[in-house]
Amino acid sequence: MSKSIANTRSATGIPSARLITWWVIASEIVIFGGLLASYSMHRLGHPEWQSSAAHTNTWAGAFNTLVLLTSSLSAVLAHKAADGGNGAQAAKYLRLTILGGAIFLAVKAFEWTTEIREGFTLPAGGFWSFYYTLTGLHGLHVLAGMLIMLVIAADAAKNEELQRVECVGLYWHFVDIVWIFLFPLLYIAR
Amino acid sequence: MSNETHLHHPNYVKVWAVLVVLLAVSVLGSLTSIRWLILITAFGVAVVKAYLVAKNFMHVTIEKRFVPYLLVTCLVFMALLFAGVAPDVMKHSGLHWENSAAKQAVESGTHNAAPKHE
Amino acid sequence: MSTQLHAAEPGIFRKYLWSTDHKIISMQYLFTGMVMGLVGGYLAYVFRMQLAFPNRDVPGFGLVTPGKYNALVTMHGTIMIFWVAMPVLVAAFGNFLIPLMIGCDDMAFPRINRLSYQIFFFSTVVLLSSFLVKGGAFGGSWTAYPPLSAKGAYNLTPAGASLWLIAVVLEFVAFLLGGVNFVVTAMNGRAPGMKMYDLPMVVWLIVLASIMFMASVGPLVAGAVMLLFDQTLATGFYDPARGGDPLLWQHLFWFFGHPEVYVVLLPAIGIVADVLAVFARKKLFGYRTILYTAWATAVLSFVVWAHHQFIAGIDPRMANIFSITTLIISIPIAEMVFVYIATLYGGSIRFTTPMLWALAFIAEFLIGGVTGIFLGASGADIYLHDTYFVIAHFHYTFVPIAVIGTFAGLTFWYPKMFGRMMNETLGKIHFWGTIVGFNVVFIPLFITGAAGDQRRVYNYALFPEQARPELQHLRTLSTIGLLVMLASQLPFLFNFIWSLRHGERAEANPWRSNTLEWTVASPPPHGNFAEMPTVYRGPYEYGTPGRSEDYWPQNVPDEVLQRP
Repeated sequence: MSKSIANTRSATGIPSARLITWWVIASEIVIFGGLLASYSMHRLGHPEWQSSAAHTNTWAGAFNTLVLLTSSLSAVLAHKAADGGNGAQAAKYLRLTILGGAIFLAVKAFEWTTEIREGFTLPAGGFWSFYYTLTGLHGLHVLAGMLIMLVIAADAAKNEELQRVECVGLYWHFVDIVWIFLFPLLYIAR
Repeated sequence: MSNETHLHHPNYVKVWAVLVVLLAVSVLGSLTSIRWLILITAFGVAVVKAYLVAKNFMHVTIEKRFVPYLLVTCLVFMALLFAGVAPDVMKHSGLHWENSAAKQAVESGTHNAAPKHE
Repeated sequence: MSTQLHAAEPGIFRKYLWSTDHKIISMQYLFTGMVMGLVGGYLAYVFRMQLAFPNRDVPGFGLVTPGKYNALVTMHGTIMIFWVAMPVLVAAFGNFLIPLMIGCDDMAFPRINRLSYQIFFFSTVVLLSSFLVKGGAFGGSWTAYPPLSAKGAYNLTPAGASLWLIAVVLEFVAFLLGGVNFVVTAMNGRAPGMKMYDLPMVVWLIVLASIMFMASVGPLVAGAVMLLFDQTLATGFYDPARGGDPLLWQHLFWFFGHPEVYVVLLPAIGIVADVLAVFARKKLFGYRTILYTAWATAVLSFVVWAHHQFIAGIDPRMANIFSITTLIISIPIAEMVFVYIATLYGGSIRFTTPMLWALAFIAEFLIGGVTGIFLGASGADIYLHDTYFVIAHFHYTFVPIAVIGTFAGLTFWYPKMFGRMMNETLGKIHFWGTIVGFNVVFIPLFITGAAGDQRRVYNYALFPEQARPELQHLRTLSTIGLLVMLASQLPFLFNFIWSLRHGERAEANPWRSNTLEWTVASPPPHGNFAEMPTVYRGPYEYGTPGRSEDYWPQNVPDEVLQRP
């Protein structure tokens, strides 16, 4: 299906695909922001949650941070490739990013399983309720990003819709930034 | 479609390397027991990392002005939300009111390090 | 235009159910909203009959038990705000008008547009299904405060409660998707020559409403997930005994809830602006004033929310702050009303049906706004909170928004949407019946509210101070007003449906309006404009001295004006 004329126009100078990506990111800032603000208020008001927080696996969290940072690197390299018209390479980098996302989720699954086995379930306490909700919501966004990236990579490999590589990259960087804050909030802060 | 704003791509691998170093700093900081140091390395590093990703990977600083304004506005609204709600939720007492359940939880929790206690 | 080169005429499925055409999607939203309006109106009929004639079988429903009463009022409020006002004012008018008024062929992302309706439709199904589950529809009030909303043992509608939450979150997602599409389309898709200040006011205000929605709903999405977990997974986000706080929900809800009322207000105000200018044959007074005032209102609306919580147990010092901001926000709204009156002054007024609705909006909304001031003062609110005074206040704002504003827009754009003129006589009968009925419903409720009638009470006979006959007479009078108001919708429904086939065929520009949608056929073809227009001026050049015509469409090139 061909694009609408509205889509191809750009009175602002920002291509529509990128513009809508920024607006989506803006709305995600307030969704995560609301959840993070709620968590922060409770955490600051309940210093005794520290004893629960001590049980998150800081090394797993740090490793996952490394994984996401690296996947952000591959995402922006995909953008650079797409910018240069090289769809095949952009697709390759995007698929590396997806792999990074998969590793992230696998580590998360491992963490959650361990924590649940130790009795730290979702209803186990205030800290844990927030922990699973925050990392769960974030994980859902990682998964969604991976799925969208799969589709965009398939198109890019055929040198089609290359402008979308940058857009999905922006989304991915945002998801990375959310994790950049989740890491200290859930794993380090004592 | 090509985009003149991205003619210049910074060295992304270099940026990544700096991010990894910062990550290491924040982890090392967490291994000490100096509270203020942990907080600065953890959250200070987070802010710097976020800025580096936003600037170098998302190119926010070379986008049209409206984009960073929009994002900052959303952050400001979140600060506003915090400011308006924390006096009721974060604090456990105020003018003529007290959240005794929360106060009790804080009291008994700080005596006790058991994980299942809330 | 590439979209018109499709070889075969699409079948019914592609054309009406799977379409990406913004006009079809707007109709989908419009009809869903109208059907839900009938549901919401029916619910109001039932509970008002119970209040007027307690413990008697309501015709068409049966006996209203206390539990059923709670579900009735909960679902009435929820449906009217989220499944009538939002889809009709924001989604239907936004979808129909934005591409046409900015001079392009569709939204920037037509498939995302279609997805947004599909999610919305799904949310409607989820919500309606809640009527059929064990326990029935949610009965914890549309504000869903925990612990009532979190514990099935308290609200007695556990399945309904979770379905309600899921439906609401889905609706939020649908409007987030739709909203960003509107904003990007208005920002990027404008015709050559159309600067931001050449946009018709209704487009600006729908865009602003979409931005406000997006900025305010996020924390409530988070809060709703937390409430859903409290309901189903035994978490204690809002349970003080478990380390949570019920006030957190209230704050998250109203941080969204207050901007939300302006989200629905702004499109209605935009519709009224456009209708006033056309039927006063006069330039909109103070376009930029209205615009900046609307922006100021939008920003201010984010700092008033706790006026809904004055007696919830918030810190009194916060109540001071929110009281001040609430009183301040009345200023920009009042200013807009004055500007509209200034638009009328000296105009050549035509009392068509749309104009009647637009004028009624100003008068009725004024009452709503003024009564809000009593409630915004935290001291007075101690007495008035949770009484029928509040109900009367917000219906004097909501009904102008969702009913009067909608009818102004529908009667105005009906010719463009459906290619036929509506019947003016039926239109006027509908108008007067609705307006008179509406006032008879709610003026008595100001009185009973100030006299102490609490909200969400299914039978005042149980409360000796409120069981006085003079109050019961007022309640009955209110119900009679509602019956008149509901009956008056019949001429409208008949007019709407009958005119589709039998109304006088509409020409392209029956109202002699300036904006771009009136330059194409009624209804517009797929792709809207055979040749994309160029814009030369703003939308409100009516009665320009020196021109032979009293209007000057936006796409007509500039000319040298005659000296008068």
